[in-house]
Amino acid sequence: MAIDKEKMIWMFRTMVRIRRFEERVAREFADGNIPGSVHLYIGEEAVATGAIAHLKKEDYIMSTHRGHGHLIAKGGESDKMMAELFAKKTGYCLGKGGSMHIADLDIGMLGAAGIVGSGIPIATGAALSAQMRGTDQVTICFFGDGASNIGRFHEGINLASVWHLPVVFICENNLWAVSVPTSTSLNIPNVADRAVGYGIPGVAVDGMDVMAVYEAAGEAVNRARKGQGPTLIEAKTYRYRGHFEGDSGAYRPKEEIEKWMKRDPIISYKAKLLEMKVLTEKQADDIDKEALAEMEAAMKFAHDSPFPELEETLENVYT
Amino acid sequence: MREINIRQAIGEALDEEMARDPSVFIIGEDVGPMGGLMGEIGGLYQKYGIDRVRDTPLSEAAILGAAIGSAITGMRPIARMRFADFLGVAWDEIMNQMTKMKYMFGGKIKMPLTMDALTGAGRRSAAQHSQSIEGMMMSIPGLKIVLPSNAYDAKGLLKTAIRDDNPVMFFEHKFLMWAGPKSDVPEEEYLIPLGQADIKREGKDVTVVATAAMVTRALNAAETLQKEKGISIEVIDPRTIVPFDKETVLNSVKKTGRLVVFTEECETGSFAGQVAAIVADKGFDYLDAPIKRVNAPDTPVPYGVVLEDYWIPNEEKLIKTINEIL
Repeated sequence: MAIDKEKMIWMFRTMVRIRRFEERVAREFADGNIPGSVHLYIGEEAVATGAIAHLKKEDYIMSTHRGHGHLIAKGGESDKMMAELFAKKTGYCLGKGGSMHIADLDIGMLGAAGIVGSGIPIATGAALSAQMRGTDQVTICFFGDGASNIGRFHEGINLASVWHLPVVFICENNLWAVSVPTSTSLNIPNVADRAVGYGIPGVAVDGMDVMAVYEAAGEAVNRARKGQGPTLIEAKTYRYRGHFEGDSGAYRPKEEIEKWMKRDPIISYKAKLLEMKVLTEKQADDIDKEALAEMEAAMKFAHDSPFPELEETLENVYT
Repeated sequence: MREINIRQAIGEALDEEMARDPSVFIIGEDVGPMGGLMGEIGGLYQKYGIDRVRDTPLSEAAILGAAIGSAITGMRPIARMRFADFLGVAWDEIMNQMTKMKYMFGGKIKMPLTMDALTGAGRRSAAQHSQSIEGMMMSIPGLKIVLPSNAYDAKGLLKTAIRDDNPVMFFEHKFLMWAGPKSDVPEEEYLIPLGQADIKREGKDVTVVATAAMVTRALNAAETLQKEKGISIEVIDPRTIVPFDKETVLNSVKKTGRLVVFTEECETGSFAGQVAAIVADKGFDYLDAPIKRVNAPDTPVPYGVVLEDYWIPNEEKLIKTINEIL
């Protein structure tokens, strides 16, 4: 699949921005500035980036509880994201949703959900809407390996298949549903193999390789846009941190974590771009510095923003 | 004016709203060539086609999930869920998704989604096809709940529900759907706002708040008490339980000083309990007697003839209770 230099650099910048955002969140959470819980995307940046690289602004994504990366890749603004995590009035959801529930319909972000798997039929519905309205909008639905064992995985993908809906289902298989490994929750090697049961293509790709994700997602998005129906992509990836911040992840073997971190998606992609002379070391450093500065500014914005007024508790229940 | 039954009223409401707004569509099981379990939407599939009257696989979660996804992206789905009992299969979509997204997302979305389902006992359908779960659903903020008692109200309320930008649960009592009385329904268009109770019979001695199939029974009991004892009963049908028109009920209790809430639900966690609580809280000074509830016992709905008839609240039980507080 052809890719231009500009897009390749966008993918690098996006992965770096996601990483730096998440690292900043980890720090602010540890410092007690972020209430509740946060689930970080560190290690999985290539999946959101390589897939969303194919989408237009009016296309949709459906995210998960581990959703910051999806939102950044779709065009989310880091200051409003950080403010939402800080539960501030200036946040994406006026401080009422938090880390697990950021939506921005203006950029096609249909929301993130705290109930694992719930996004799958909703993404199917967004794709149905696009088909009924006669647009060429495509929906990408992200979910994890845990969600692939929930009934709605079956219901949602089956319905999308029988109606040939323009949706791409991307399973971010990071091997662990909180503390339960896929080795004890799946009796087949690949989640993608389940596509056979729905009569749609299923592809397993290396989720640590942004170009591999880009290739597979490109084909799937094209199929969807042309009215050829859904695809199930499984991106094999890994979360470096615990399920949520504060979870030590001690249930995972140390060697496993080290093995995956050696294949870091940003380091390996940077090496590739340097080798291809798409990027110089200096340009890569500048991108990183910009991302660090952006997240510093986002943190300041969040920090300086006011909390919502108490009366706002009662607003937004009904239209 | 002509007389039609509630099935015809529902079919007309759906037809009119689909003709008026191309974003309205029906999604659910057996909505296509079958035309609904009781034939109530017969003809719509033929008129609007497979695209707008969508038969689905047997996948309640996917039906409601797809309705949610389409509602937030510009469509106006009507999800026909057949029996209220089946909503349990897709409870997450109701409890966590359609009713919370707007709030969680800081008000950014609209959720113009109507669900309809058959509710209530009386068809000898046993415990998994007969429940009234409005009390359970009432405790989910973000949902509106409509519970009509006749064809006129059903049509006007369903049209309003479809145009509402919030999720609305529209219950169709299966006893009314099957054998309910016909009512005068105008040929020309009309709407009934959600949150406006209707005084079905004026009276001065006792206020009876009744819903769905209990409204006709309350009216029967009122007639009997008037004839036999000269007791004057005011019968109020809230028509929508969320939003609930408490002013109409409080004004009535102010006049009568007595309240009986008469609904076909298990007593615990019921809408009836909520009405009693509101009147005890806001209308205590109007009361000359304790508030009473006439509901079903806290059991599953039994199968059969004898047991089911015993389970369903009826005129006799209502009259007995009214006599206790006079």
